[in-house]
Amino acid sequence: MNPQSLPDRDPDALRRATLLLAGMLVLWPLLVVSQFRPAALFEPGNLAAMGHFLKGFLPPEVSVGFLGLLVKAMLETLAIATAGVTLALLVAAPLAFAMTHSLSVSRIGPGPGRLRGEVLRGAVRLLLVVLRGIPELVWALVFVRALGLGPAAGVLALAITYGGMLGKVYAEILESGDTRPARALRQKRRSPPRSGRVAALLYGLVPGAVQELVSYTIYRWECAIRASVVMGFVGAGGLGQLMDQAMKMLNGGEAATILIVFLLLVLLADAISAWLRRQLA
Amino acid sequence: MQNDEAKALQLCFSCVITLVIAAAVVIASFAYLPLGPGRLFSREAGGEMLEFFLSFFPPDLSAGHVRKTAWAAVETLAVSAVGTLLAAVGGLLLCLPASGRYGWAPRALARGLLNLLRSVPELVWAALMVLAAGLGPFAGVLALGLHTTGVLGRLFAEALENTPKEPAAALLGVGASPALAFVYGTLPGVAPQLLAYTLYRWEMNIRMAAILGFVGAGGLGQMLYYELSLFHQAQAATVIGAMLLLSVAVDAASAVARRGLARAYA
Repeated sequence: MNPQSLPDRDPDALRRATLLLAGMLVLWPLLVVSQFRPAALFEPGNLAAMGHFLKGFLPPEVSVGFLGLLVKAMLETLAIATAGVTLALLVAAPLAFAMTHSLSVSRIGPGPGRLRGEVLRGAVRLLLVVLRGIPELVWALVFVRALGLGPAAGVLALAITYGGMLGKVYAEILESGDTRPARALRQKRRSPPRSGRVAALLYGLVPGAVQELVSYTIYRWECAIRASVVMGFVGAGGLGQLMDQAMKMLNGGEAATILIVFLLLVLLADAISAWLRRQLA
Repeated sequence: MQNDEAKALQLCFSCVITLVIAAAVVIASFAYLPLGPGRLFSREAGGEMLEFFLSFFPPDLSAGHVRKTAWAAVETLAVSAVGTLLAAVGGLLLCLPASGRYGWAPRALARGLLNLLRSVPELVWAALMVLAAGLGPFAGVLALGLHTTGVLGRLFAEALENTPKEPAAALLGVGASPALAFVYGTLPGVAPQLLAYTLYRWEMNIRMAAILGFVGAGGLGQMLYYELSLFHQAQAATVIGAMLLLSVAVDAASAVARRGLARAYA
């Protein structure tokens, strides 16, 4: 090919160079603040600690006593996730019910209940923001201080954060479907008389949305399993607490086994959740 | 008609079974955990909880503490940004073999590595990195970088696999080197998507960076852990408030950015 037919210089070079320079200028303080120092990885003290820990990974610990402990922790993790999501459901359902716009009569126009309705919905929205805006790990840490080490903190933390998330998403799902049946049920008319909010929810909105609601709940259960393992690191029971202990004692063999079990558990939860959701579809 | 009714009955039978199993699992979970309704929901426990929560109020808003919290929030932002950038670079490097450019063996190897990186949670990586790099925000950067590399590498590889091959093939055809063909033929097509994935992960990583500190990886999390360990509830409340603010701000910023993007593409 004739090289003359191609431009010998990048026509966009100036813009690219400017962008790169600007990027570097922004990046520099970030690197300083985050104490970016790859050399730290190769300091003899750190190398020794990590090397000792990693050497312990092989062989993974498989003594019967430890495996028994592991199975118990695994069941605990599953139970925390299930109980947490169940409680979250109890938190979320009434909040979503209160927030769903199409169930409200006052939304139509100025009327006696309008201001009260708007204030209530605003308050519920704010409450949901607070509930899910604070990560479950923070709630878990706080509850561990209040209730002591153990699964109770994890269950409550999940109930609060996931309650907030489920509440928001439930309301969104209910609103995004066909709201005409619910609105018709809530309309004022002589006969049959106007339906109540609960009836309008159950007969007008839920039938169209139930599949999506259940599917999302199952997906959240899957997330809750991962979250409950992580919450163990602040003392909320289950596999995470076991892993935290193994890491603090620099017991590589135990850490390796727990890690493998954790990965298997996540895979299993993935599969169960995918299967359940396929059944629904 | 008859058939439909029979079908409906059958369906209901299976959904009843599913419901019963679900209820059994839930009951078993509550029974297995040493919760005890008396422990959580009795009046005494409720009173204690209430007292504990009230001890967080009012939050400590003295200038010195607020300044410290703000600095920790800046540190958290820096950790999330550098970690995500590191992951974008790592993901870009690993997505080339993972998209099958060099044959099936490197593809399988790269995918396996990405899966491993992705399935270990950030907090576990952080605990490991605190061992490897010492306490401080750098461990958080590495932890976010490793986990997010796994996520982004896979997303990048899928984007590369789905992008049209003709532009790069045309450049190769006129004698460009493979590297140039990639940079000028393939990259411009996928770049917006790669950028969108990276920004989305950055948003998640800001939230994550705030809590990685619990295992000693700097930022707001480390501060909160420290204050709570000393039973400084008022100071801890300020840090929790900062986390909440950060999360809301990120939500709002991402909503605005998304609306802007939607308009740009419309």
